[in-house]
Amino acid sequence: MNLHEYQARHILKTAGIPVPDGDVASSPAEVEAIARRLGKGVVVKAQVHTGGRGKAGGVKLAKDPAEAQSVAGRILGMQIKGLTVHKVLVAPAADIASESYAGIIVDRSSQRPVVMVSPAGGVDIEEVVAKTPEKIFRHAIDPRFGLLPHQAMGLALKLYPGVEQARKAADILQRLYQVMLSTGASLVEINPLITTLDGGVEALDAKIVVDDNELDRRPEIAALRDASDEADSERRAREANLTFIKLEGDVACCVNGAGLAMATMDLVKFYGGQPANFLDIGGSSNPQKVVDALSIITADPNVKSILFNIFGGITRCDDVANGIVTATKQLKFSLPIVIRLTGTNEKEAMEILTANGFNAGTDMDEAVKQAVALAKQAA
Amino acid sequence: MSIFVTRDTRLVVQGITGRDGSFHAKQMMEYGTRVAAGVTPGKGGQRFEGKVPIYDTVADAVRETGANTSVIYVPARFAPDAIFEAADAGLKLIVCITEGVPVLDMTRVLPFVREKGARLIGPNCPGAISPGRAKVGIIPGSICKQGSVGVVSRSGTLTYEIIHHLTHADMGQSTCVGIGGDPLIGTNFIDCLAAFEEDSGTRAVVIIGEIGGTDEQDAATFVKEKMKKPVVGFIAGQTAPPGRRMGHAGAIISGSSGTAAEKMAAFEAAGISVMKRPADVVPLLKKRL
Repeated sequence: MNLHEYQARHILKTAGIPVPDGDVASSPAEVEAIARRLGKGVVVKAQVHTGGRGKAGGVKLAKDPAEAQSVAGRILGMQIKGLTVHKVLVAPAADIASESYAGIIVDRSSQRPVVMVSPAGGVDIEEVVAKTPEKIFRHAIDPRFGLLPHQAMGLALKLYPGVEQARKAADILQRLYQVMLSTGASLVEINPLITTLDGGVEALDAKIVVDDNELDRRPEIAALRDASDEADSERRAREANLTFIKLEGDVACCVNGAGLAMATMDLVKFYGGQPANFLDIGGSSNPQKVVDALSIITADPNVKSILFNIFGGITRCDDVANGIVTATKQLKFSLPIVIRLTGTNEKEAMEILTANGFNAGTDMDEAVKQAVALAKQAA
Repeated sequence: MSIFVTRDTRLVVQGITGRDGSFHAKQMMEYGTRVAAGVTPGKGGQRFEGKVPIYDTVADAVRETGANTSVIYVPARFAPDAIFEAADAGLKLIVCITEGVPVLDMTRVLPFVREKGARLIGPNCPGAISPGRAKVGIIPGSICKQGSVGVVSRSGTLTYEIIHHLTHADMGQSTCVGIGGDPLIGTNFIDCLAAFEEDSGTRAVVIIGEIGGTDEQDAATFVKEKMKKPVVGFIAGQTAPPGRRMGHAGAIISGSSGTAAEKMAAFEAAGISVMKRPADVVPLLKKRL
């Protein structure tokens, strides 16, 4: 789960990391009031979960409260990569002397939290990694001891040759690691980490990505979720405990297991179709999940055919069959359904489906070909 | 022969009285796995299905029964400590089926397990099965057949799909291992490939990867430099959009890295025959054997 910049800034500030003043607003009038309180030129930044906000016109400078209000009027409600801007952050326009990068990620290869710093800040750090890897400095943290002072200082000195600023940056890095632990983050990032004209070191922009597996034990973090920033179908799926990602195609896929779900989408493409979604109904045997899944799938007007691909292991095929029968009675849609079931209780499932007028097969390739053909006929 | 899970496996089931643990303990027993003990704190002294002794701690179970392998079915919030406990009790193979373990917990678990000289498979994995010998985890025994193809995968049901094709073509398996879909796991592709290369009962290996990370690329390098046995591979997620977590916590393309195309190219360059679809596994293997 991604946190908004204003939420991440608040967490950093609470952890004792210097963050410039500023506040979040959801109307131009509020923006005007915040700008008046700040008493100087401000920057107004759209709060949406996507990169490239600046390029899309979602970040603007304003020299006075009146201009801040009018700028906010244009940013609030605008669409950035399909997401509507509901909130903006208003912060003083910073006097920046230099921009660096500081971040900590859980690294897959070293299997540790890795601190990364770079004097090349303010830009996409992946580009720095790809183009000028010599400008990235790393340290893999031993989680038993945490980020030790001299380790943080060693990295900080790569950013700032002056020991005063380096000490400030080292302190920020150690606090940033504490933020990672206390929020259950898989990534915490300050980009840019700036030096100000009077020698201060501050976090100008912050990003926190929380590990979804942490949310159960951290209700205070889970409460920060912004449901308005999720596609409606994805929010409904999350509430129904389904993993669903909407795509652009017209063949809806309903599969058990993430790997098989991806392979099913790939096979739809292989046979000349386009998948409408990724959907994993999980290993559960609950027919209600199938009803929820079909209700979400059929709400997408692009969908022309529905493909079930179930390999029964823990999931019992007869439970899925019962779910399909119940859902089609409840939901009243006319889209064609192609069903492939094999594995645990396959025979019982086939009997249930046949008795209710459905055809079902046991071969994945045949089912996918059929679903693609049906979508093409309907198009 | 087989890897990790063998006729000598003596299993302790952590969480044997839970919903998942009891269901799968029965399945494993029916398959012929030697389930030596179960562990549920507070239920020590009872018996599971009237047969298997239950202990309060893994240490008790190991001392009393000589168990050498653990399988973990406890809920996610208890799973890290269950792994610590199994390693502390001296078990050398620990299979964690549980899904949803926080990645920061795994950064502490993994070094501990290694220091104890244990191997962890998972978390968030279906476990391993050596057909005709033993199964540890949840892979359905009915779809497998004893033979000489090794299978290693990051997935669950996709693995079943591919095993199903193999079994129908009379190509039995030495061992099938699901290493798990999380970003931080105890046993990676290379560990399994190395074990299959050593195993006299394995003639060829099927590797099933997916988007996210660089484990497949590392595996490709290993195949190229260290393996003589033929390897056939599949990568799931060719149509996955970047930046989205595709069900598995580890299945995410970050920026332009971890794509299926990149992994398939690495496989090809290492001499791994790449399937375009799961059904290709049989013809490709036949060509290589």
